[in-house]
Amino acid sequence: MSEFHHVAAIIIVAAGAFFMLIGSIGLLRLPDFYSRTHATSKSDTLGIILVLGGLAFYEGFNINSAKLLIAIIFVGLANPVGVHALARAAFKQGLKPWFKKDNSKNGESNKDNK
Amino acid sequence: MDRVFIYIATILTIIISIPFIRVLKGPTLFDRLLGVGAIGSKTIVIICLIGFVIGRIDMFIDIALTYAILNFIGAIAMAKYFEFERKEDE
Repeated sequence: MSEFHHVAAIIIVAAGAFFMLIGSIGLLRLPDFYSRTHATSKSDTLGIILVLGGLAFYEGFNINSAKLLIAIIFVGLANPVGVHALARAAFKQGLKPWFKKDNSKNGESNKDNK
Repeated sequence: MDRVFIYIATILTIIISIPFIRVLKGPTLFDRLLGVGAIGSKTIVIICLIGFVIGRIDMFIDIALTYAILNFIGAIAMAKYFEFERKEDE
């Protein structure tokens, strides 16, 4: 029973690290600031929740897992809010979103987005 | 069991170098701020894993919570500052 407990904790923590890797690759590879926020906000938040949740599952039921749950709740609220505030500031400052180059003949509003 | 946590912390330390490339060559300022936020969110996880390896998770989880609060306040302050910078120019 204890062996299953350890293996399940390792699988959850490794899944969190995998989602953090995917978010970092999206942050490096995507073409625009807004798509980069889309990549890094959600997958990083899920990665933190999975890793800290796996550590709390490994720890058992005591005061340390309660503090880990407090950290999960705070990060799950604060990380998307921070990235959304950055995206809102960029949109208010006039940063244009990215469009595909093939749509440039359909609308005249896409010409100044280069 | 602690060996697995050391491996995962090492992998996350290597993963941190990927947002650092975006911090170095980001086209706009907001890309750099986004990379700084991503590095901070990975650092929280690494601090918790190091606490499990050392065996003092009761101390390291407080450090991780403090780091999360500082990261959030820094992101909010930078967003508010650069939001209002443009209006002074116009």
